[in-house]
Amino acid sequence: MVITFPHMGRVYISVKALFDDLNVKLVVPPPVSKNTLELGTRLAPEMACLPLKINIGNYIESIKRGADTIILTGSCGPCRFGYYGVVQKEILKDLGYDVNIVILDAPNTGFKAFIDKIRMISGYSSLSSLMRAFRAAFKVTVEVDELMDIVLRKRPREKHKGETDRLLSRFEHDVLKVHGSTETLELVAIYKDKISVIAEDEKADPVRIGLVGEIYTLIEPYVNLNVEKKLGSLGVEVHRGITLTDWIKTHLSMDMKYKRARRNALDKAKPYLGRCIGGHAWETIAATVGFNEKGMDGVIQILPFGCMPEIVAESIIPTISRDLSLPAMTVTVDELTGEAGYMTRLEAFVDLLSQKKGMVS
Amino acid sequence: MTGIDLYMGIDVGSVSVNIVLIDEKYNLLEKLYLRTQGRPIRILKEGLEEIHQALPLHSRIAGVGTTGSGRELANAIVSADVVKNEITAHGTAVLHYIPDAQTILEIGGQDSKIILLRNGVVSDFAMNTVCAAGTGSFLDRQAERLGVPIQEFGALALRSATPVRIAGRCAVFAESDMIHKQQMGCSCEDIIKGLCDALVRNYLNNVGKGKEILPRIVFQGGVAANVGIVKAFEEALDQPVIVPEHFDVMGAIGAGILAHRKTSRTGDTRFCGFNSLRGDFAARTFECKGCTNLCEIVEILSDGKLRARWGGRCGKWSVAAGDETGSLSVAQGSPSA
Repeated sequence: MVITFPHMGRVYISVKALFDDLNVKLVVPPPVSKNTLELGTRLAPEMACLPLKINIGNYIESIKRGADTIILTGSCGPCRFGYYGVVQKEILKDLGYDVNIVILDAPNTGFKAFIDKIRMISGYSSLSSLMRAFRAAFKVTVEVDELMDIVLRKRPREKHKGETDRLLSRFEHDVLKVHGSTETLELVAIYKDKISVIAEDEKADPVRIGLVGEIYTLIEPYVNLNVEKKLGSLGVEVHRGITLTDWIKTHLSMDMKYKRARRNALDKAKPYLGRCIGGHAWETIAATVGFNEKGMDGVIQILPFGCMPEIVAESIIPTISRDLSLPAMTVTVDELTGEAGYMTRLEAFVDLLSQKKGMVS
Repeated sequence: MTGIDLYMGIDVGSVSVNIVLIDEKYNLLEKLYLRTQGRPIRILKEGLEEIHQALPLHSRIAGVGTTGSGRELANAIVSADVVKNEITAHGTAVLHYIPDAQTILEIGGQDSKIILLRNGVVSDFAMNTVCAAGTGSFLDRQAERLGVPIQEFGALALRSATPVRIAGRCAVFAESDMIHKQQMGCSCEDIIKGLCDALVRNYLNNVGKGKEILPRIVFQGGVAANVGIVKAFEEALDQPVIVPEHFDVMGAIGAGILAHRKTSRTGDTRFCGFNSLRGDFAARTFECKGCTNLCEIVEILSDGKLRARWGGRCGKWSVAAGDETGSLSVAQGSPSA
C-alpha cells in the first residue's frame, strides 16, 4: 500500500512526518502547478469549487508516482467540502483509476471508526505508537506554523530583499529529504534560527494586514497566488486569520483551553453573524473583528470563486469595515486569475493603508 | 544643466497608450492618446519619439512615472522613477485638479473602477471583477455592430425620447437583448440610450456596490468622452458629474505627478534618455522548465541586450529595468505620500 493525500499549503510536512514515523510508504504529490490545475479542471465537474479540482490533479499526479491509496479528511460541515471524498471517489472510478479512498471523518463524529481506519492504513500498529506519531506530527505542524510566523514578520523588515524567501525555498527543498518527525523538527529548528537572524532594516515600519477567508485558499500558496509573499515584498507584515494548527486544535484535539479561546474569538462575530453557516464564514467574520482589536491597518479577504459561505462573509465585511473604520478588501481567486489585476489591487490597497498610516503618525 | 524641468507620465492600458508632459506646477504641456493596437512596445516607442520632438527648448525630463496594466513593460523600456498602480495614479491626479472630489468613476477599455477619496487620500476602491459588460470595449463593439462611429454614440443617446430597457448584467445578454429590441422596431437612438442606462446600472450595482458615492463626483477614463454615459450617470445619481478637461489621460498625469514627488526626494531621475530609445526593442518569451509550473518568462531586449525580465513565480528570473541583479521593482513600491 502506498498512500497519498491532497496538498494544502505546508500540510505535507506534517503528513510526511506522521507516515514516516508509522513506517507507511507515502507519495507526497508534486507541488501544485499549472499541470495539477489543468488535470483538475479537465476531469472535475465545471461547477465544482476550485479546491476539489486541484485535489483531483494532486491525486492523479501521485497515482502516476505509484500511489494506490488516497486519504483525505471528511467533514460534516454544511459546505460542499463534506462531499469531496465521495464525489472524488466517483470521479476517479469513472476515470478508471483503481485506487482506495479512505475518508477520515473527525474523531468526534465517531472515534472508533477514525482509529480503525488509521490502524488499517498503518498496518495495525499499536494504539500507543499511533498516539505518539500523531502527537509528533502535531508538534511538527505547530513548529512549521511558527516558522511561517517568523517568515511573515521578517519579509517586510529584511535588509536585503529576497533573503527570507531564499531561505524558505531552501527549507522547502530540504524538508522533503528528511525522514520522520525527529529529523523534521530538527530541520525546522535550524531554519527558524537561520531566518530569525536575517538582518533587519531598523527603520522599517511595515503596514500590518490580516488575511481572512476559507482555510484552503488562505493556506495553499498556488491558489492564492502566493499572497503572503506578494504582500511581504510590498513591505507588509501579514497576519493569518486561520492556520493549520488552529484547524487541528479545533477538529482533532481535546484542548479545552483552546476551545474556550476559540469560542471567545467567535463571539466577536456576534453583532454580525452569530452561528456557523458553513465553511469558514463565521471564522472569517470573527477574525476580521479580531484583527481590528489587534490593531491591524487593514484586512484582505481571499474568496475562492463560487464559495457560498465566503460570499455571505463578503457581503458582511463592508458593514464591519464601516462600523470599525477598518479598511477591508475582498479579492476573488479562481483558476484563471491574471496576476496583473491581482497585483494592482494589492498594491493599491497597500498604498491606501500606508497613506492612512502616514496621516495618523 | 539649466532649463525647465519636465515630468513625463506614461499609462500603458489595454486599449490605449497615454503619454503626458507636465511641468513642476503640474500644468499639462503635451498629451498623447494612442491606440495600443495590440503592440504596446511599438506604439510606446513611437509616442516617446513624438514627445521628444515636441519637447520645448531648454527643457529636460526630470522624472518619469509609469502606470496601467503595462506599467512594468513601460518601465522596462524607459527606466521609470515610479511604477504605480492605476488606482493610486488616478487618485493622485484628481486630488490635484479637484481637491474636494470624493468619488472617482473610471471606465476604461477593459476595466472599470470606483475610487473613494476622503480627506485627501484614497480611502476605498473597487474594480470590476470578471465581466467586460461595463467597459469601453463593449461599447466599441456595439457601436461597430450598429454602424455608428463611437464618437457619435453618446450624442445619439441624448436624442432618445423613450429609452428601451436593455439587460446590463452580461455582455452576451445585453447584445441579444439589443438585437431583440432592434428587431421589434425600436429606434437606434432609444436602443443606444437603453444601453447607456444599462451600462451605468451595471457599473453602480457591481463596481459601486455598497460604496458611498459623495460629491463631488468625477468621471474619467476613455468612456467619459461619451456624453450619453455622462447623462445616464447624472440621472442615476441625481447629481452633477464632473468630467475633467483631460479625462482621458488622468492616469498618466497622476504617474507624472508621482514621478515629480519621487525625484524631488531622490534628487535625480533614472530615465534612460530619449537617445537610448532609438534602439531596436523586442520582447521574447520562453517557458521555464525549472519546475512543473512552467512559468512564462518575458524578456525585454534592446539591441539584443537584456533590459528587463519577469514572469516567474519563484522570482529567479526577475531582472528589473536599470538593475543588474535586483528584484522586481514592485518590491520597492514604497508609498508616495
